[in-house]
Amino acid sequence: MIKMLSGNEAVARGMWEAGVGVAAAYPGTPSTEILENYARFPNVYAEWASNEKVAVDVAVGAAYAGRRALAAMKHVGVNVAADSFMYAAMTGVEAGLVIVSADDPAMHSSQNEQDNRTFAKFGRVPCLEPSDSQEAKDLTVIAFDLSERFDTPVLLRLTTRICHSQSTVELGERREPAQGGKPFPRNPAKYVMVPGNAIRRHPVIEQRIRAVAAFANTFSYNQVEPGERTLGIISSGVAYQYAKEVFPNASVLKLGMSWPLPERMIRDFAASVDRLIVIEELDPFIEEAVRLMGIPVEGKSIFPLTGELDPYVVRASAVRAGLLPTPVASTGPEAQSGALPGRPPVLCPGCPHRPTFYILNKLKVPVNGDIGCYTLGLIPPLSAIHTCGCMGASIGVAHGAVQAGSPERHVAVIGDSTFFHSGIAPLINVVYNQAPVVTIILDNRITGMTGHQQNPGTGQTLLGKDAPVVELEPLVKACGVTHVKTVPGYDVRSIEQTLKEYIQLDEPSVLIVVEPCALLPEARKRWVPLEVLADKCNGCTLCFRIGCPAILKSEELDEKTQRPKALIDAGLCTGCEVCAQICPRAAITFRPAMEEEPA
Amino acid sequence: MKATFNFLLCGVGGQGTVLASAVLVNVGLAAGFDAKQAEVHGMSQRGGSVSSHVRWGRKVYSPIVELGEADVLLAFEKLEALRNVGALRPGGIALINTQVIEPLTVISGDQTYPDDEAIQAAFTQVTPHVQYVDGERIAGALGNPRAANVVLLGALSALLEEEWLAGSDLDAEAWLKVISERVPPKHVELNRKAFEAGRSAIEK
Repeated sequence: MIKMLSGNEAVARGMWEAGVGVAAAYPGTPSTEILENYARFPNVYAEWASNEKVAVDVAVGAAYAGRRALAAMKHVGVNVAADSFMYAAMTGVEAGLVIVSADDPAMHSSQNEQDNRTFAKFGRVPCLEPSDSQEAKDLTVIAFDLSERFDTPVLLRLTTRICHSQSTVELGERREPAQGGKPFPRNPAKYVMVPGNAIRRHPVIEQRIRAVAAFANTFSYNQVEPGERTLGIISSGVAYQYAKEVFPNASVLKLGMSWPLPERMIRDFAASVDRLIVIEELDPFIEEAVRLMGIPVEGKSIFPLTGELDPYVVRASAVRAGLLPTPVASTGPEAQSGALPGRPPVLCPGCPHRPTFYILNKLKVPVNGDIGCYTLGLIPPLSAIHTCGCMGASIGVAHGAVQAGSPERHVAVIGDSTFFHSGIAPLINVVYNQAPVVTIILDNRITGMTGHQQNPGTGQTLLGKDAPVVELEPLVKACGVTHVKTVPGYDVRSIEQTLKEYIQLDEPSVLIVVEPCALLPEARKRWVPLEVLADKCNGCTLCFRIGCPAILKSEELDEKTQRPKALIDAGLCTGCEVCAQICPRAAITFRPAMEEEPA
Repeated sequence: MKATFNFLLCGVGGQGTVLASAVLVNVGLAAGFDAKQAEVHGMSQRGGSVSSHVRWGRKVYSPIVELGEADVLLAFEKLEALRNVGALRPGGIALINTQVIEPLTVISGDQTYPDDEAIQAAFTQVTPHVQYVDGERIAGALGNPRAANVVLLGALSALLEEEWLAGSDLDAEAWLKVISERVPPKHVELNRKAFEAGRSAIEK
């Protein structure tokens, strides 16, 4: 049966066919849909772990216990999980263990575009790279076989264009997992990485990767596609598709396994062509390894090191390097259409994070941000995020700035899911080392940016089961914070009063701002558009300063000020009343006024 | 009949480009082509610009349409149409929904929304085939302006038949079958009407 599947759906299908016993992940674009789709298969176990390191440990434990296991994450999630990834590479497994790294070249939704094939080399583990959805499914299944055959975790490296592209997949049969499972291993020499044991394991894993390299020469997903001898191209992942598009007649060595490399195959291929190039996204990972073999090769001298490739980029680079004669049109869209108004992503209408950033902007304090929708608090006119690096960084960065003698009161802003992910340890650090950091936990009762995933605070699991709610306020108190307050997200006055009080304190404080994301199904049912009373509005523009996409400029000018009056787009307004609260002339209706009107 | 088709869909997060491109890639498959589709999720959904690539052909490699090689630019919003004019190959079809969604940069007064003449002029340099459809008005008259994306798909199906698919098996029913599989059962009838209305907007 043939189906149109995204790469992420195909990985989920491959997991099901491979009989995965335990799957764990933390949501992160572009990886999120892998577990979401896997969880829809019957009788499977999949969970949102509280972070990527936990996800890998969970998968490792399952693989030790003899069940095939997978942990999925975005590329920067592997940084969080790196400690666990590296010990798992040392110990090996009892049943197949696959770590999925979904890289994001071009940073469509990320803080960097690191190339995680490097982690495979770093950990001495194989790296498989599918080039479409069919291979995403097939290589997922094969990754488990290789993991068991070579007693190693396997890194399955995807990129955004694989994860979020759809192409046809021929579905396979499911291999039912063995019933009962094996007894948990009592094998400390292999599974207890104290120095005395680890010293003996290191040569084992060096030998293991050499064995995989020998196998790579016969691996059927490493394939030569013979063509003209003048040009030979080595490629992997989605870059292979661009290579085929731009160089339909060249000889191609396509690598389904990008680490370790099949040296004999590469030598034979290089000897069969006049000029050898590597087309790969981001790092010269394959290129440098080929050059180390002593084989003349070109790659990043032709194709860009940064951003993602596409057929246009590959063609234009090839033309510049004299590989292709045809000049390409030099006019990009910018050249043809001139500078156009940007359309950056913004906090949605009714976003419960908006009042907090409006107040932070008013208070003019330095704000250290974190990863989530609320990072968009940096966009004007709110302009109230001043640093943001990675998951969980906000609180530690604020603490460090204070300890450095920064004279201002530092604020850290972190979401509920991000706090569970990596905010608790730095908050304990603030308490332990005593800095008057004001931490704001923006609790919108969901993991928002990645599209509404459950987390330890929501009372639901990935499989839709009820779960205990980890309450934030008792948790924060247990960390040793004495100044803690929870206020409703749309209560502008309470947020302002509490923050004004907290930035005067000489001790750590935490403000928890709670309101469900306005896009949650239950919240949508409460949407009621508000109205501007044109006779009361004098065009003071204060309501424009909350940066709500639902507040527009009216055509009507105020007679005195000659400034445009405000207008609310009824199709966008959710009735959060934040604008109504800050309007000094009561020119915006509150909900009761709207709800009384006959429909 | 044409052997390969490159479509670029663009709009603003929330306008239904994702559904439209899922329909389009599966219509290609139903018509017997190899087909691929590529899009980007994540931050771009928060009211930002979105685009999606769909390709049909005998064997499709790249899921991304090469810049300047789109046979069809299907734009759900006028500013986004202009932003992506460079995607279109000379002589390609531009099908533009007349909806205007002002970005915050325009609402705040920092930048100005391009006028209709500027948009038309940019497209005239590339192609004579520019077609405007008021998807919101047509879908609104049927009871739900959110079905504008399906109105546009109806218009696209008619344009493709006119230009490149005359005599193929790919009739309206084939499109409607794919659409019906992708919308909730209670909305099937509305979407059928929206699709037909989009076709009439081109045929008349």
